Amino acid sequence: MATVATRPPSTGDGARPSWVRGVVVGGIVLLGVALVWEGVKFLGGVPWREPLALPGAPVLHDPPFRWQFANDLNLPHVWNIVLTFFEPWQRNADQNVAQYLIGTALYTWREAALGFLLGAALGLFLATLFVHSRLLERAVVPYVVASQTVPIVALAPMIVFAVGPSVAAVVIVATYLTFFPVTIAMIRGLRAFDPRAMELMQSYAASRSEIFWKLRLPASLPYLFTALKIAATASIVGAIIGEGPGGINDGLGRAIITFNQYYITGPEKLWAAIVVSAALGIGFFALVRGAEVLLMRDRPADAQG
Amino acid sequence: MTSAQAPAVVRLTGVDKVFHVGDQTTTALTGIDLEIRRGEFVSLIGPSGCGKSTLLRIIADLIDPSGGEVAIGGKTAGDARRARDYGMVFQAPVLFDWRTVEDNVRLPLEIMGWDAARRTSKAREMLDLVELGDFLKHYPYQLSGGMQQRVAIARALAFEPSILLMDEPFGALDEMTRERMNSEVLDIWERTGTSVVFVTHSIPEAVFLSSRVVVMSARPGRITRIIDVDLPRPRNEETRESTHYFALVTDVREALRDGQAGRDGASAGGSGTGSLDRVRAEDGVG
Repeated sequence: MATVATRPPSTGDGARPSWVRGVVVGGIVLLGVALVWEGVKFLGGVPWREPLALPGAPVLHDPPFRWQFANDLNLPHVWNIVLTFFEPWQRNADQNVAQYLIGTALYTWREAALGFLLGAALGLFLATLFVHSRLLERAVVPYVVASQTVPIVALAPMIVFAVGPSVAAVVIVATYLTFFPVTIAMIRGLRAFDPRAMELMQSYAASRSEIFWKLRLPASLPYLFTALKIAATASIVGAIIGEGPGGINDGLGRAIITFNQYYITGPEKLWAAIVVSAALGIGFFALVRGAEVLLMRDRPADAQG
Repeated sequence: MTSAQAPAVVRLTGVDKVFHVGDQTTTALTGIDLEIRRGEFVSLIGPSGCGKSTLLRIIADLIDPSGGEVAIGGKTAGDARRARDYGMVFQAPVLFDWRTVEDNVRLPLEIMGWDAARRTSKAREMLDLVELGDFLKHYPYQLSGGMQQRVAIARALAFEPSILLMDEPFGALDEMTRERMNSEVLDIWERTGTSVVFVTHSIPEAVFLSSRVVVMSARPGRITRIIDVDLPRPRNEETRESTHYFALVTDVREALRDGQAGRDGASAGGSGTGSLDRVRAEDGVG
């Protein structure tokens, strides 16, 4: 009994510190981006005044160059983007930009999550069919691939025509973007078992469904979660894009369209909407990652994604 | 323990296996006749490429023979598999990462529709048998290689298959662990009375364990000799040091060498040790 490991089943060693480290490193990277951003403006922006200063206030810094892409319209100051979160989101509105964007983000997230679940289920269903039938795989997979070459901006209005402007249309767009990565990854994942484990199951005379539930699916989880993390962010993009033609006024898509229309008078608001969209994507991704850590906690570290 | 009068559990008659890869055909096995009686412990030994693992998989109905007949206790191999007559143990333990030790042993019982209480009591009984009763809730990666292989043996025996098929089960273990596992397997075999077909590269292992050693040679895979091992049982450390044991090891070694010589022709046949070294070299690769 030379190498008897007696430690009890536990979560992966150091899971928490690595999570904390991720957040810290992410914060440092974000700070770095802000520094580069402001550095560019320092060199080639327009003369700076105090934040929220009225026209005519004294100039604090006059950049040596004038680069068009770095002017206040194309590249607003980081602090102005931060400050805009606390302004009313439109004239005489009760909610400030932060409240408004968080509300729309949660609305969009509900659509995206529904599309994500449907897309994951559809992807899993298709992959299951394909791994059990080479014929179906050869016949249908090219069309699955082709479906993703149709630009979503062309497809979304067609879906809205078909089902009417509604949340359902938005969910379908999100589903459409999420089933693909799950299908492709799971065609591989459901075949990623140890071939001897399959021989073992055959020696037990296990049925196809037992082989699926007890071998194929558990062995595919690393592939599934890789796909779900891609699908999570894709579902957010799908929902935002679908909201425009879908006529949904409560989501991030509408907020982006609105702020886009008023970009000349308040470019910071559109940037704020982009920041919130990105945060929503990261949040959904992290949620899926959390589920992965939870479900894979008993597996050896090299099997975890 | 085994007697010539016991009925045959495995009867192979003129079994051939030809593999087709592209436009190439390889004869893996040719003209295999073999009868294994109930309660026997039979080893298949031979150089890499002699088709011993293929033969094991044909018996297990994991691959179909190209010709000949396979009868398992009067049934076809397929019917025997569907009747859950086979317990399989591979060179790697092939435990499911996501299941605890106990749940790994329960897996075949779940598939075979045992109720939960019986599954649990049987799994614990089997794990006690292989002396892993204290590791029920551990995951496979938390165990050493030898312990993992004992879990695999417990899993294979849990549903009391009439035939245990072992494909180089201890090939990945160090010599000390291997000898201990050999004794454990014999102990379990004597207690359960299962018939065992045991594929190995190791001459001492084959002699120590078996009632009969089936010596095979390669290209094409065939049986060159079957050697009766009439060492007294129970076998133990004394057995390993007896002169009769050494004599039998030498018998098997010479049978292997003859098989090699037959294949390689006169040039290799002239130097016995030379071809034996080749057997060993191939062992390492296999």
